[in-house]
Amino acid sequence: MSDTTIKYEFQYSSAEHQADTAISGMWLFLATEVLFFGALFLSWIYSRHWNQAGFDAGAQQTWLAIGTINTVILLTSSFVYSVGLAFIRAGDSRRLMQCCVLAWLLGAAFLILKFGVEWPDDIEKGLLPGPGFSIEGPLRGGAQLFFVFYFFGTALHGLHMLGGLGVVGWIIRRTRRGDFSPDYHTPVTVVGLYWSFVDIVWIVLYPLIYLIGRGP
Amino acid sequence: MSAMAVDTPQERPSYLADGVTLRSWLLTTDHKRIALLYLGSVTIFFFVGGAAAALIRYNLIVPEGMIASADTYNRLFTMHGIVMVWFFLVPVVPVTLGNFVIPLMIGARDLAFPKLNLLSWYLFVAAGVVLIYALFAGGLDTGWTFYTPLSSNFSRGHLVAAVAAVFISGFSSIATGLNFMVTIHRLRAPGMTWYRMPVFLWSLYATSVLYVLATPVLAMTLLLLGFERIFRLGVFDPTLGGDPLLFQHLFWFYSHPAVYIMILPGLGVISEIVPTFSSKRIFGYKFVVWSSIAIAVISFLVWGHHMFVAGTSLYSALVFSILSYMVAVPSAIKVFNWIGTMHKGYIRFDAPMLYALGFIGLFTIGGLTGLFVAALAADVHLAQTYFVVAHFHYVMVGGMVSAFFAGIHYWWPKITGRMYPEMWGRAGALIIFIGFNLTFFPQFILGYLGMPRRYHSYPPEFQVFNVLSSAGATILAVGYLLPLAYLTWSLFYGKRAPDNPWGATGLEWKTSSPPITENFITTPEVTEPPYNYPQPDAARSG
Repeated sequence: MSDTTIKYEFQYSSAEHQADTAISGMWLFLATEVLFFGALFLSWIYSRHWNQAGFDAGAQQTWLAIGTINTVILLTSSFVYSVGLAFIRAGDSRRLMQCCVLAWLLGAAFLILKFGVEWPDDIEKGLLPGPGFSIEGPLRGGAQLFFVFYFFGTALHGLHMLGGLGVVGWIIRRTRRGDFSPDYHTPVTVVGLYWSFVDIVWIVLYPLIYLIGRGP
Repeated sequence: MSAMAVDTPQERPSYLADGVTLRSWLLTTDHKRIALLYLGSVTIFFFVGGAAAALIRYNLIVPEGMIASADTYNRLFTMHGIVMVWFFLVPVVPVTLGNFVIPLMIGARDLAFPKLNLLSWYLFVAAGVVLIYALFAGGLDTGWTFYTPLSSNFSRGHLVAAVAAVFISGFSSIATGLNFMVTIHRLRAPGMTWYRMPVFLWSLYATSVLYVLATPVLAMTLLLLGFERIFRLGVFDPTLGGDPLLFQHLFWFYSHPAVYIMILPGLGVISEIVPTFSSKRIFGYKFVVWSSIAIAVISFLVWGHHMFVAGTSLYSALVFSILSYMVAVPSAIKVFNWIGTMHKGYIRFDAPMLYALGFIGLFTIGGLTGLFVAALAADVHLAQTYFVVAHFHYVMVGGMVSAFFAGIHYWWPKITGRMYPEMWGRAGALIIFIGFNLTFFPQFILGYLGMPRRYHSYPPEFQVFNVLSSAGATILAVGYLLPLAYLTWSLFYGKRAPDNPWGATGLEWKTSSPPITENFITTPEVTEPPYNYPQPDAARSG
């Protein structure tokens, strides 16, 4: 790596030093995110423990097919993004561009399916907690609690996805400007870490929403 | 001398002279200027929270309460708690002193992420604005702990605004902690090994771990609470099968580590001052630094002791009680090591050292009374009484606020390039010590006698101690206003400070006072351990 061409800020001793530091900063940020979502998952599992039948009744009303398709879409999106990272390491900026655009589109597809198709369907089925909630009987409270977690958790994950689309879009813009090279692509790496983290959150949400409680 | 090759030519402008426009301050990325921006903001919040405290003490002068309405009183102590915890104690030492000295101490030019540092200040200010809105819109009456179901279903007031303020301030904490951790890992000067770092850096590192790992849990808890409050449906609602006690678990999973966020930086400040003013190496360096890490680790395992009387299982209470006792061990190690450091040292009683000595005494009382409330049987009697109030004020105010004042006096010459007036400094330390004890010691007795906290009125037999406490509060108020006055005075009329007025070791004293924007002309190289003062025996025989 040639320090003569790559600028770095005055607190660093070299461009590599700056790049490594940025990446370690992102890892630490992801640690905070783990604790952030960790508190949600803990509350979810804890509440489920005390309301098992109600949560099961709620989970059975979710739309498994869309959830599964979305899981595939999201994992593919991260995979494609990582392929782009491999391309820029090899110096192929054009392929990075294509990968980022595809990853962005897949992410957008996830959001459309989730909030444009699945949520309206859930609401139509009367699954929005509140007076109009459609599940009656002794499991009503627990099932409502499940859907509180469902709407809260997916909304929060969706916000993280939106943020992700924003930064992937930023990478697309910078790639088009020709900012990245085999020597300098730290932002691509850093955004990639975040984009993969959003998947990991979904990998926990997916069974919590769709799978547990659906079995015989 | 631990650092070589640091020259500080006088022709370079200091960071204070490097740009005088408002823009050069509000858009600065210089850690030293951001530290001063933070210093201004936390000072405002300190006096806002202090004003609420003054009204609380005013109310409690007579048994029936000087303030007519119990509701007003509830809103006052809630605001006092929220402001003092999240807008003063949690940020104060890291964002002011830490921000200023971390890069100087490790021989770096700035923090790893200067823009993130500025962003953290703006987040803090934004949070403060939201909080002040909540305050002037009428406040809220839940206490700073926002317990459900009171907060979610029953309380009247601006809960959502207050919770939003705390939520935003949390991002500021996370940004600061992340920045500090990465900086300490990545930007140390050549030769600055972990065991050559000043203790203050270790304690800030431990604090940062708590910022980074505990704050997000609070963020989620507050989101869930806000959601429940807005939609009247939520995970802490027992009518749906939710559990209000879950809120307490999540809240204290953050807030107990946060208690150590509020004291660890103070412990670090004292560990800098005691060796300097004893002209002696710190006693048991490795024990002191690892005790900071031990406190940070154990702090995550003790949250349950806030729920001994909230209906938790006896077995979990036993475990939490034992774990709480364990925190006392590393804390005591620090106290013993400071005393060991002073032993046979050449002790100078300058103002920072007086504050530090006051700190050691008050922190010890605060810590030991913590063992009383960590004991299951005693806690049944003492929980929710003034004993608890006195206990944590000894640690938070007698400890942390004293440590902050100690640190601000210690680094004042470096920060401003001016000396504070020494006699006024010593007088301030003494007045604060006396005022503090008079305010809070009677509260131990009140609590032991059974006076509950958070009540607007009390039985007449408790009046004597309450009047003593309120009288002490006026002395304490004078003690806190005094430094505000003479430190401000010294900015304009104080003597010019030399680069190293205390004869201290540490890289921050090797650069000019006030430092240049780049901190060091050439990156210093560290060749010797910290606190490398001459050994007393060698000095005597020599």
